[in-house]
Amino acid sequence: MKDWPLWEVFIRSSHGLAHKHVGSLRAADAEMAIGNARDVYTRRNEGVSIWVVRSADIAASSPGDKEPLFDPARSKVYRHPTFFQLIDGVKHM
Amino acid sequence: MYAQMVDTGVQRLRSTEELDGDERHFQERIDAGVRIEPEDWMPDSYRKTLVRQISQHAHSEIVGMLPEGNWITRAPSLLRKATLLAKVQDEGGHGLYLYAAAETLGVSRDDLIDALHEGKAKYSSIFNYPTLTWADIGAIGWLVDGAAIINQIPLCRCSYGPYGRAMVRVCKEESFHQRQGYDIMTVLAQGSAAQRRMAQDALNRWWWPAVMMFGPPDTESVHSAQSAAWRIKLHSNDELRQRFIDQTVPQADLLDLKIPDPDLRWNEARQSYDIGAIDWNEFHAVVRGDGPCNKERLAARRDAWDRGAWVRDAAAAHAEKTTIERKTGETR
Ligand SMILES: [Fe+2]
Ligand SMILES: [Fe+2]
Repeated sequence: MKDWPLWEVFIRSSHGLAHKHVGSLRAADAEMAIGNARDVYTRRNEGVSIWVVRSADIAASSPGDKEPLFDPARSKVYRHPTFFQLIDGVKHM
Repeated sequence: MYAQMVDTGVQRLRSTEELDGDERHFQERIDAGVRIEPEDWMPDSYRKTLVRQISQHAHSEIVGMLPEGNWITRAPSLLRKATLLAKVQDEGGHGLYLYAAAETLGVSRDDLIDALHEGKAKYSSIFNYPTLTWADIGAIGWLVDGAAIINQIPLCRCSYGPYGRAMVRVCKEESFHQRQGYDIMTVLAQGSAAQRRMAQDALNRWWWPAVMMFGPPDTESVHSAQSAAWRIKLHSNDELRQRFIDQTVPQADLLDLKIPDPDLRWNEARQSYDIGAIDWNEFHAVVRGDGPCNKERLAARRDAWDRGAWVRDAAAAHAEKTTIERKTGETR
């Protein structure tokens, strides 16, 4: 038998948060992948919506690119609100 | 444990100073508590050991469905039946999480399953014992899942990301397994004389196999040092075994059930229980394939796989057909 393709499973919980990656599984097609995801990943009310994506269709950054991609943000402390000191008297901002 | 006596292929543990290049960098990351992810560089021996460990663990989950599955149709009430069904389904899910974690290391699930069915891969010794009465279902949940929790909680912090994350999911589901088992034992232990006898008999038969689940004593665990350095084994076999005993003995006392060990004593100085000698010959025989149910378990697995072949083929054919239909629909 040929291996069934691998699918990545994303679940949205009922709290209105975004879909979150929960794991992967094998299935012959999308319909079966959703069925399997429901059986394995939502057995205890974990979600109200399921996305499945074929793993082969996901483009990912490579670990070797970690520095050029993510280092530039490190030095940009001014992007965070805590960088700015508030003058006395300002309570909520 | 669920993965017993995992061979690391390493003869002697080298210190970080003896390593160089990639290997040294890898060990330093592990020592610093950095998680290793699938795309990261790793020594071949680490990869191979993890494949062995995670696949043994996965096989244990799905072979472990068999002894309990034996009682689904004969559970004493609808509630017990629904509960056992849910528990056994969870174990199937645990197998899936673990096979998926193993696949991130570059092996295929079908190959791993083939190795199991050909008798080349191991699974936990505990699942080669028979479930003779309903009380055995209670004993398994209480003792076997109880032991599994003790083993799996530390593994949530292991060095390999996908394995650790799979363990987090598994652990979330395990405490239900243990509690439903202890609940079965409680009802039997507080029931009629015949029910009490049944509970005691199950404890008598499952106690020592459960104690042996943690694997050979530390003095004989040849591969532990390397696995510990790699942080894929976080506590020694004897440490985890002691934890299990100290936790379980008081639970048996509460049910007025007797642990089948005449040498069991509370050791005031150690603040732990001392136990009698473990029959390691039995353990090695079961691991070798000579346990009471080894042949039956493998036969049941192969049978289920073979009888499901037409379903897998039909699903693949259906997927292919709908892909073709979609493609021709697009060009029309
Ligand atoms: Fe499990
Ligand atoms: Fe379990």
